[in-house]
Amino acid sequence: MKSSLSHWVRAGAVCCLLLGPALSPALAGTVKVGAIFAVTGPASFLGGPEARTAALVVEKINKAGGIGGDTIQLIVKDSAGSTEKAVSFAKQLIEEEKVVAIIGPSTSGESMAVKKVAEDGQTTLISCAAADVIVNPVARYVFKTPQKDSFAAQMIFEEMRRLKIDTVALASGNDGFGKAGKEQLEKLAPAFGITVAASETYDSKATDLSALVAKLKANAAIQAVINWSVVPAQAIIAKNMRQAGWRVPLFQSHGFGNIEYVRAAGAAAEGIVFPCGRLLVVDALPAGHPQKALLGQYKSEYEAAYKEEASAFGGYAYDAMNMVAAAVRQAGNDRAKVRDAVEGLKNFPGVGGMFTFSPEDHNGLTIDSFAMMTVRDGQFVLYQGK
Amino acid sequence: MSLDLFLQYLFAGITYGSIYAIVAIGFNIIYNTTGIINFAQGEFVMLGGMIAISLLEYLPLGYAIAAAVLITMAIGALIEMLFIRWLESPSVLRMIIITIGISILLRESALHIWGESIRSLPYFYGNEITTFNLGSVHISPQVVWVIVACAVMMAGLSVFFRSTPIGREMRACAANRTAALLCGINTRNMVTLSFMLSAGIGALAGCVMSPITYTQYDSGTSLAIKGFTVAILGGLGNSLAAVAAGILLGIIEAFSVSVVPLAFQDAIAIAILLLILFVKPHGIFGSSEAARLKDF
Repeated sequence: MKSSLSHWVRAGAVCCLLLGPALSPALAGTVKVGAIFAVTGPASFLGGPEARTAALVVEKINKAGGIGGDTIQLIVKDSAGSTEKAVSFAKQLIEEEKVVAIIGPSTSGESMAVKKVAEDGQTTLISCAAADVIVNPVARYVFKTPQKDSFAAQMIFEEMRRLKIDTVALASGNDGFGKAGKEQLEKLAPAFGITVAASETYDSKATDLSALVAKLKANAAIQAVINWSVVPAQAIIAKNMRQAGWRVPLFQSHGFGNIEYVRAAGAAAEGIVFPCGRLLVVDALPAGHPQKALLGQYKSEYEAAYKEEASAFGGYAYDAMNMVAAAVRQAGNDRAKVRDAVEGLKNFPGVGGMFTFSPEDHNGLTIDSFAMMTVRDGQFVLYQGK
Repeated sequence: MSLDLFLQYLFAGITYGSIYAIVAIGFNIIYNTTGIINFAQGEFVMLGGMIAISLLEYLPLGYAIAAAVLITMAIGALIEMLFIRWLESPSVLRMIIITIGISILLRESALHIWGESIRSLPYFYGNEITTFNLGSVHISPQVVWVIVACAVMMAGLSVFFRSTPIGREMRACAANRTAALLCGINTRNMVTLSFMLSAGIGALAGCVMSPITYTQYDSGTSLAIKGFTVAILGGLGNSLAAVAAGILLGIIEAFSVSVVPLAFQDAIAIAILLLILFVKPHGIFGSSEAARLKDF
């Protein structure tokens, strides 16, 4: 029995080998797009929605007849948040799969590592990670869809000025996003007349921050806390601050834009202030807002397909995938031309905002792509000031 | 350092410490009967939390936790029967590799069943911002639950292992399996029982800590590392020492925040583990005499 089974397997393998070349002409009308997302691992809350969103966008385009008759083949690689894996997947996608462009990776650390691979392979990379350094200085082939973290820092400091807060504490995760954010905050604070009295880093897998909170609380000069991370610690720090009976305002980064964290922090999430794209508050937008229709459409499509709430993270992949599709539609299945087409996108409506790329700006968003939000009764609402 | 800050650190340390201690106790139970370290212990903690969270839709909190503990115990027994029971006198190394395999299997299954999102049980008493004050120190009621659960488990186990026939049989198994067999003890059943027991304890720990630390499909790994450190620190096999070592490690971690960034917490734990392995490999509370009599 055993031997006959292996016989079949071998026969099957031979058939595949023989049929392989014969089948490939049938696949001629395919445009290969690579995707590297942290679908599993510590950054899976980013990569999961991103991979699902990209699949949704591709399915929709293919159902509508593809791009000029060609279907898009999305090749998703799960980096599990590991930089090494992301780099080797990027090489594989560029050299073996010969993809026309790559969307992702999900995290800033991975994106920085893959940046060079994309440049060397002369393949467009549209990162879904937030750190400024990904597109600053500009690399010819590297773009990104999330809003810059410097914009987020600026929004937070402007709000602090309105609230007459001048001494703050920073807390950040020790991952790429946390480090980049910390750098931006420390760089921009003096320009707003704000003193950073303490700056603490915690492990991105931290499960309790009460000791850190106790340390910060002991410094009576601190008037507010800014936490910068994309991990569950965002909810934990909120809980630990309130449990310690510390009532100073808590500001978070745009990494907080996932309703799961609000649920996780429960009552402690109330009143957290953070900048984020408008997807979270789509229902509250005025009817004439240029993004309203698109945001509503993405939200309802995603929620119908996956029975979970759409987050800002999935939106990053939505924009990246649509940009690649728009560029291919314009320039065809050609790496160099697709790069030029992406750089040429003007007033491109996306979940993150209206994108206008240029040779100097590979993020394409302005500061008004962010809005300040807060949490009220367990929901995200537009922040109206105190 | 002011007294307030000192006490606040102390309580943070006791909280971490109790969590580590409960995980370490799970390691110790299996070690005590089989002489192996079950590296899937952290996954039992994760499973307990996850199952309770899922059952919460259908059952009240208390029943959901009880059911989660029983289901995890059944999973523990099933794992032992499927992967370990039929092995003919397996080497320690082989059994350890098997448990590492099981931990990966459980983690990946959890990813498929529950997805990658973070979940948590509601606070048993009050909510996320409820605290009571001990002098100027604020403590979350859930911390008290963790400490009480840890104390009750420790007391229960200590009575179980010292005073009940089954507990004694399990200890006999650990001391010398062949001799235990000759005395008419069904050693295989004892091993199954120890897996059930440690799965149950892990699951209960997963439930009481879930509101504080949250539960995610991969939250078991880091807990297992800490639990292992604590088990070694206290001296393998000694549950009382594990609690003392757990709280000691927790307090060291909490106080270290005042001098180094919190991100170094794990580095401190690992440094302590290495130091103990070099200087006193049988643990701070273990005796070198007893350690020499063990297989390895």
